[in-house]
Amino acid sequence: MSDSENWPLYEIFIRGKRGLNHVHVGSLHAADDQMALTHARDLYTRRNEGVSIWAVRSEYIAASTRDEKDPFFAPSADKVYRHPTFYDIPDDVPHI
Amino acid sequence: MTEAAGRDAEHDLESRFEATISRDQRIEPRDWMPEGYRRTLIRQIAQHAHSEIIGMQPEGEWITRAPSLRRKAILFAKVQDEAGHGLYLYSAAETLGIDRAELTERLLEGRQKYSSIFNYPTLSYADVGVIGWFVDGAAICNQVPLCRSSYGPYARAMVRICKEESFHQRQGYELLMTMMRGTDAQREMVQDAVDRWWWPSLMMFGPPDDDSPNSAQSMAWKIKRHSNDELRRRFVDMTVPQAAKLGVTLPDPELRWNEERGHHDFGTPDFSELKEVISGNGPCNTERIERRRAAHEEGAWVRAAASAHAAKQAARAREEAVA
Ligand SMILES: [Fe+2]
Ligand SMILES: [Fe+2]
Repeated sequence: MSDSENWPLYEIFIRGKRGLNHVHVGSLHAADDQMALTHARDLYTRRNEGVSIWAVRSEYIAASTRDEKDPFFAPSADKVYRHPTFYDIPDDVPHI
Repeated sequence: MTEAAGRDAEHDLESRFEATISRDQRIEPRDWMPEGYRRTLIRQIAQHAHSEIIGMQPEGEWITRAPSLRRKAILFAKVQDEAGHGLYLYSAAETLGIDRAELTERLLEGRQKYSSIFNYPTLSYADVGVIGWFVDGAAICNQVPLCRSSYGPYARAMVRICKEESFHQRQGYELLMTMMRGTDAQREMVQDAVDRWWWPSLMMFGPPDDDSPNSAQSMAWKIKRHSNDELRRRFVDMTVPQAAKLGVTLPDPELRWNEERGHHDFGTPDFSELKEVISGNGPCNTERIERRRAAHEEGAWVRAAASAHAAKQAARAREEAVA
């Protein structure tokens, strides 16, 4: 087996409709960007699931480490004052 | 790291993995997982993907012979969906660190299997209807619980697939309803197809629980959520009233409603036949793999041409950038 194995892997992101973010739906192999888009259309939007497609070579995606208890996310864990419920406001103050 | 420290670290990872599973959370591709879990998933997902791809053949044979443009368009769309299902699943398998070209190779070399059901021939157009009704119906029974499988990419692929299967089952049943409203000869074709596909469909759920060595571990890992016999029983309970409505007889003299159990009693499929078909001796095994191999080989020049085109375009883009 030869040729097709060298086709790079692409991650596919679809915008379901206007107003929504692109969401990752899966991957596919394609010889180039154009083919990745065409294949993604045939594979992931056979029933109007999308209005826009992003195809990104998997190797270009930078990812955080795989550890669930990753210290990388620690800065967001200990800052309770980032949440609105941290602040005591009397009940009779309107619209806040 | 000392050997003991290494063992501790491994133990730590393992208990975190177990904890994730027992909290009913999903395992994701970059998480640590036991080798056995990874191997089991690769085998199951690949086998599932191969089934979708090989599964295009029995029905695909009828596309050019569909009785109307409407039926042809429907069958085309259905078979195309099955190709899509195969690709969603290969995509999920690849997140486990295996290449899909490698999986195709394993299929062609007979090192990985696909569902036994696709080794039976489709003899009449009624078979297309019965496959949609039984085979896709059985697939739905199998697949709906897999949407909660512990491995994230597999579960998500199943969600997509399940959304599409309902059309498959309904188009089959509708086709059969149409034939049942037709001539006596058409009704006989439907009954004949039902007679031929019923038992092989029950075999799709695999060997009985007491003869299914890998099931317990798969269920502990929540890769699988229900046992083979449980799913088979669900399928029978679901299908019997549909058969009555359609006006066909399911070819099982032992089939009857059991008031006490709240389920149907039914006969035991011939599991020695299942073993034979799985080990390569079904009516169409050789033909199916040969067809798959031919498609792969005959497509080689297309893949090579696309690669050459991509390389040429890339080179041209580089030249233009320099100039
Ligand atoms: Fe399918
Ligand atoms: Fe299907």
